[in-house]
Amino acid sequence: MKNAPASRNRRGGPGRSPAAALPAALLPGPLRPMQNPGLPRERLLAMHRFLRLNRMVEEKLSALYRQGQILGGLYSSLGQEAISVGTACALEPDDLLAPMIRNIGSLLVRGVTPRDLFLQFLARHDAPTHGKDGTLHFGNVPRRALIGPISHLGTLIPVMAGAALAARMRGQDRVALTYIGDGGTSTGDFHEGLNLAAVLKIPLVLVVENNGYAYSTPTERQFRVLSLAERGPAYGCASESVDGTDVLAVHAATRRAVARGRRGEGPTLLECRAFRMRGHAEHDDMRYVPAGLLEAWKDRDPIGRFEAFLAEEGHATRAALAAVADELAAPLEEAAREAQDSPPPPPEETLRGVYREAGYEEPWWPAR
Amino acid sequence: MARPVSAVPKPAAAKRAETGAATEGRLVPGDAALLTMLHYMKLTRALEYRIERNLYRQGKIVGGVYVGRGQEAISVGAAMHIRRGGDESHDDIVSPSHRDMAVFLMQGFTPALVLAQYMGRRTGPTRGRDGNMHMGDLRHRLVAFISHLGDSIPVAAGTALTFRMRGTDQASFCFFGEGAASRGDWHEGVNFAAVMRLPVVFICNNNQYAYSTPVSRQMAVRRLSERGPGYGIPGETADGNDVLEVYDAVGRAVARARRGEGPTLLEFETFRMTGHSAHDDAGYVPKALFAEWERKDPIRRFEKDLVGRRLVDAAALREMEARIEAELDEAVAWAEAQPYPEPRECLVGVYHE
Amino acid sequence: MALTTYVEAIRQGIWEEMEADQRVFILGEDVGIYGGAFKVTEGMLEKFGELRVIDTPISESAIVGAAIGAALMGMRPIAEMQFIDFISCAFDQITNFAAKNRYRWGAGVPIVIRGPSGGGVHGGPFHSQNPEMYFVHTPGLKVVAPATAHDAKGLIKAAIRDEDPVIYLEHKYLYRRIKEELPKEDYVVPIGQAATRREGRDLSLLTYGAMLYPSLEAAGTLSREQGIETEVIDLRSLLPLDKDAILASARKTGKVLVVHEDTRTGGIAGEIAAIVNEEVFDYLDGPVLRVTAPDTPVPYSPPLEEFFLPNKDKILAAARRLAAY
Repeated sequence: MKNAPASRNRRGGPGRSPAAALPAALLPGPLRPMQNPGLPRERLLAMHRFLRLNRMVEEKLSALYRQGQILGGLYSSLGQEAISVGTACALEPDDLLAPMIRNIGSLLVRGVTPRDLFLQFLARHDAPTHGKDGTLHFGNVPRRALIGPISHLGTLIPVMAGAALAARMRGQDRVALTYIGDGGTSTGDFHEGLNLAAVLKIPLVLVVENNGYAYSTPTERQFRVLSLAERGPAYGCASESVDGTDVLAVHAATRRAVARGRRGEGPTLLECRAFRMRGHAEHDDMRYVPAGLLEAWKDRDPIGRFEAFLAEEGHATRAALAAVADELAAPLEEAAREAQDSPPPPPEETLRGVYREAGYEEPWWPAR
Repeated sequence: MARPVSAVPKPAAAKRAETGAATEGRLVPGDAALLTMLHYMKLTRALEYRIERNLYRQGKIVGGVYVGRGQEAISVGAAMHIRRGGDESHDDIVSPSHRDMAVFLMQGFTPALVLAQYMGRRTGPTRGRDGNMHMGDLRHRLVAFISHLGDSIPVAAGTALTFRMRGTDQASFCFFGEGAASRGDWHEGVNFAAVMRLPVVFICNNNQYAYSTPVSRQMAVRRLSERGPGYGIPGETADGNDVLEVYDAVGRAVARARRGEGPTLLEFETFRMTGHSAHDDAGYVPKALFAEWERKDPIRRFEKDLVGRRLVDAAALREMEARIEAELDEAVAWAEAQPYPEPRECLVGVYHE
Repeated sequence: MALTTYVEAIRQGIWEEMEADQRVFILGEDVGIYGGAFKVTEGMLEKFGELRVIDTPISESAIVGAAIGAALMGMRPIAEMQFIDFISCAFDQITNFAAKNRYRWGAGVPIVIRGPSGGGVHGGPFHSQNPEMYFVHTPGLKVVAPATAHDAKGLIKAAIRDEDPVIYLEHKYLYRRIKEELPKEDYVVPIGQAATRREGRDLSLLTYGAMLYPSLEAAGTLSREQGIETEVIDLRSLLPLDKDAILASARKTGKVLVVHEDTRTGGIAGEIAAIVNEEVFDYLDGPVLRVTAPDTPVPYSPPLEEFFLPNKDKILAAARRLAAY
C-alpha cells in the first residue's frame, strides 16, 4: 500500500475556532532577521525607492478616490508592497510579467510611470486603455513584456504558461511570472494552468500572495492546508513559502525560482505570506477582520522593516531614507495634476478597437 | 414483455457491509460478499462484451461505446460499500464515471435497462434522450455523468453538502478517471469538499490513458494521490486490479466520511484494456502494456483467489457464467424488442411538466 | 481529378499555414500522437514536431488560456476542442480574456478555436451541440461555419491569418460526406462574406453549415414541382454577418426564410429577422420565417434526433407557406 499521508498541518474547519481566538493561519510567522542575498547597495536602495513609490502612488490614488475622481474600484497593496517589488526586481527586463490587482509595485519596476497609472485610474484618453478599462488592466508585450490581467481570478495562469511556452518555441530564454491571491488558488484555472506548466515544464513562476483574506473570506474557508506551498508536490513542481513582508527574502526566493525555470526545471509555486492591511477595495471597511490581526501584523510593515535593515547595515542613514519620500513627492503631484488635466476619451472611442482597424494602431501604450 | 430482473437476488447492502471483518487492520468481505463481488465483476464483463463486441458491431448501438474492461474490480470493490435499500435519509449517493458499469448494476440497474439505454429505446433510463453510460436515476441514487469530464466532482460535493446540512452519516461516492483530474472543475470540487469537510469518497480509476494521452502527459506527479495533501486530505494509491484492496481502501475512506472527517482521495491503478471507445483500436498503446496487464486481469486473479479458498470450484464458475449468459440473452432479447421513442417525445421534459 | 473531403480540407489548410508560417501551432487533447479524435491533425506531429503539435492534459480552459498567452507573444495558435461541446469549459478565457483584450489595451489575440460541432451522428446531448450563439453574442470574437470543403480550407486559412480570435465550427456530419476539387493555388475565403449557392427571384433561403444541403435539395424540389425559384445563401460567417448579401437578397425576393440546426430561441435567425425588419421592411411580402431545431437538448435516439434536426421536408413546408404570401 502506497500511502501519501494527509498534511500534518491540517487545520480546523471554518468557524471552529472561537471568535475570541485569532486563527493561527492568519497570524504572522516567526519574525526572522532580514538578510542581504548579496545585492549591491545601489540595488538595495533602488528597491527601497520602488517600495516607497508604490506606497505613495497608492496614497495619492486613495486621496483621488476620496475626492470622487476615481470612479471604479481601487485595490490597495498596503502591507504587500515587498511582494510586488521583490519579485519584479528579480526578473530580467524581457522576462514576461503579468500583474494582478495589488501589483502596482511590479508595474513601477517595469517602467510604468505614475502618470500612466493616474491616467488609467482617472479613465483619461491618454491612459494605457484609452479609458476603456481601469485599474491595472493593461499591458504591452513588445515594449514592456507586460501582459494585463482581467478580473476573473486565475485566468492569467494558463495565459502566462502559454506566453512562456511561446518564448520557448521561439528559442528565447524568458521566464514568465504572475501572481495569484490566496482566493484565486481555488479557481479551476489555477489548477489547469499550473498543471499544464508542470507537465510541459514551462518556466513559470507563480507567486501566491497569501494576504489572509479574499474579500471577506479568510483562508481557512479557502483551503485546508496551512501553506499553499503544500500544493507544489501535488503538481510535481517546486514550491516554497516565504515571508512576504521581507523584500529580500521575496527577491531571493524569486531568483531561485527564475533560475529553476531557466534550467528547464519547470514552474515554481512561490507563496509569499503577508496581510491585507486595507479592505478588499477602497470602499470596504473590513469589519469582518478581527482587530487583533491587524495589530499582530503592524510591526511587519515591509517598508519599515526594510528601512530598519538598511539603516542597521549601514546602507543608508534614516535621514537619507526619509528624504526619498520628499524627492518623490513633487514629481508625483505633478504627474497626478497632468493626468487630471488630461482630457477624457471622446464618446466615439466607445466603438473603436473591438476588432483590428486600419489606422488604429495597436498597443498605443507606451509610446516607446 | 416484463423487464428481466437480475438473476442474482441482491442481499441488502448494509448487511453485506456488516459481513466484512477487519483482519490485521484490513477490511475483508465475508464469504457471501465475496461471491457477490465475483458475480458482478463477471456480469459486468459479459455485459460489456455483448455491448462492444456484439451489438455495436452489429450496428444495433448507433452511438459511442465506452467500456471498463480490466477495471471491474474498482467499481465492484467500491460499490460494495454504497449504502442502499433505505430511504433518502439512509442511502448513499453515487456519481459513476463512464467506466463504472458495475456501479449501475449494483445500484439496481438491470442489464436489460442498460441495453435499452445503449440502443436508444424509450424504456431506457433516459428514454432515448441520451446514450451509453450517460444515465442516472435518483431512485437508484445514481447521478448521471456528462461528457465534460470533471463536472461531476463539484456536483458530488454538493450532494455531500446536503448530507452534512441534514446531519446524517450518508456518503457521496464520486468516480472519475485520471484525465478528469486535469480539469479546473475537479480542483474546485475537491478543494470545496476539503474545506467544508464533506463526506465524499473520491475514487480515481487511473487507467493510464485518457484517450491517447498517457498519464505522463496528464500530470507531472507519479501518483494522483499525491494531490491529497495539497488539499489537506488523505490521498492513497492502491492496486485497482485487486478487488480486495479496493474494498479495503474504499471501506476505510467511507468510514472516515461517515465519521465527519471529510473527503479522501483514492487512486486505483489499473489499465484500460480497450481503446477509448469501441471505434478506437488504441494503436498508440504499446502492445507489451496490454500483455503485462492481461496477466493482472482482476477477474482471473479473484477467481484464483476464491478457488484457493475453496469458495468456488470450476463447476461453480461455469454455472455462474451460464447463469449470466442466460440472463444476458434474455436482457438482449427484451431490449431489442423495446420500442423507440415517439419522435415528438423529443419535446418533452426540458422543464418541469 | 483528386477530390478532397471536408475534413481533409481543414487539415490541408492548417498544414499549409504551418508550413508557411512558423508562428502557427496547434494544441489540444490527443492532437499529437493520435492525430486528433477526427484525424484533423493526422501526421502533423511527425511533420512539425512536438514543439508545434502539443498534446495537453484535459484542460480546455488552460488550452485556450495558453493559446491567448502565446498569441500575445506573437504566435498564431490553433486550439482544438475535441468536440465543440467542450468549449463551454473554456468559456471564461474566450469571452473575457480573448474577446476583450484588444478593446481594453490594444493587444489583439489572434487565436483560432476550432472543433467538431453539430448533430446527425447520434452523438447525444454532449457530442452534437451547436454553440455558435454564445459567441456570436460576444463582441470581439468572430464566428465562422463552413459548409463546403472549399470553404473549410479557405476559412481555416483566413481564421489563422486573422488578427482577432476566431471560433471555427466544423460540422462533423460533413467531415467525410462531402468532397470536391480544390484549387491548386493558395486561397482564403474572407471572413464576413456569404456565398450565393443558388440564384433565385422568389424566395431567399439563408443558412449555414450542414443545413446547406437539405436547403439546396428543398430549393430543387420547389423549382421542379412549383416553379418557385429559391435563392440559397450560405452565410459562412455568423460574426460578422454579411449584411449586404442578406439585405440584397431580401430586397430582390421580398421573402426571407432562415434555416439553422441550432436551437430556435436566440438563434441567428432571430437576429437576421431583426436586421431585415430594420433595413428592408418595405420590400417584404411576408414575414421572415425560420426552420430550426426545437428548444431542447440534442437527443440521442434516432427517432428523436431526426425529429430534432431540420430537414428537407420541414424546409419545404416553411418555404411553401412563405411562397404563398
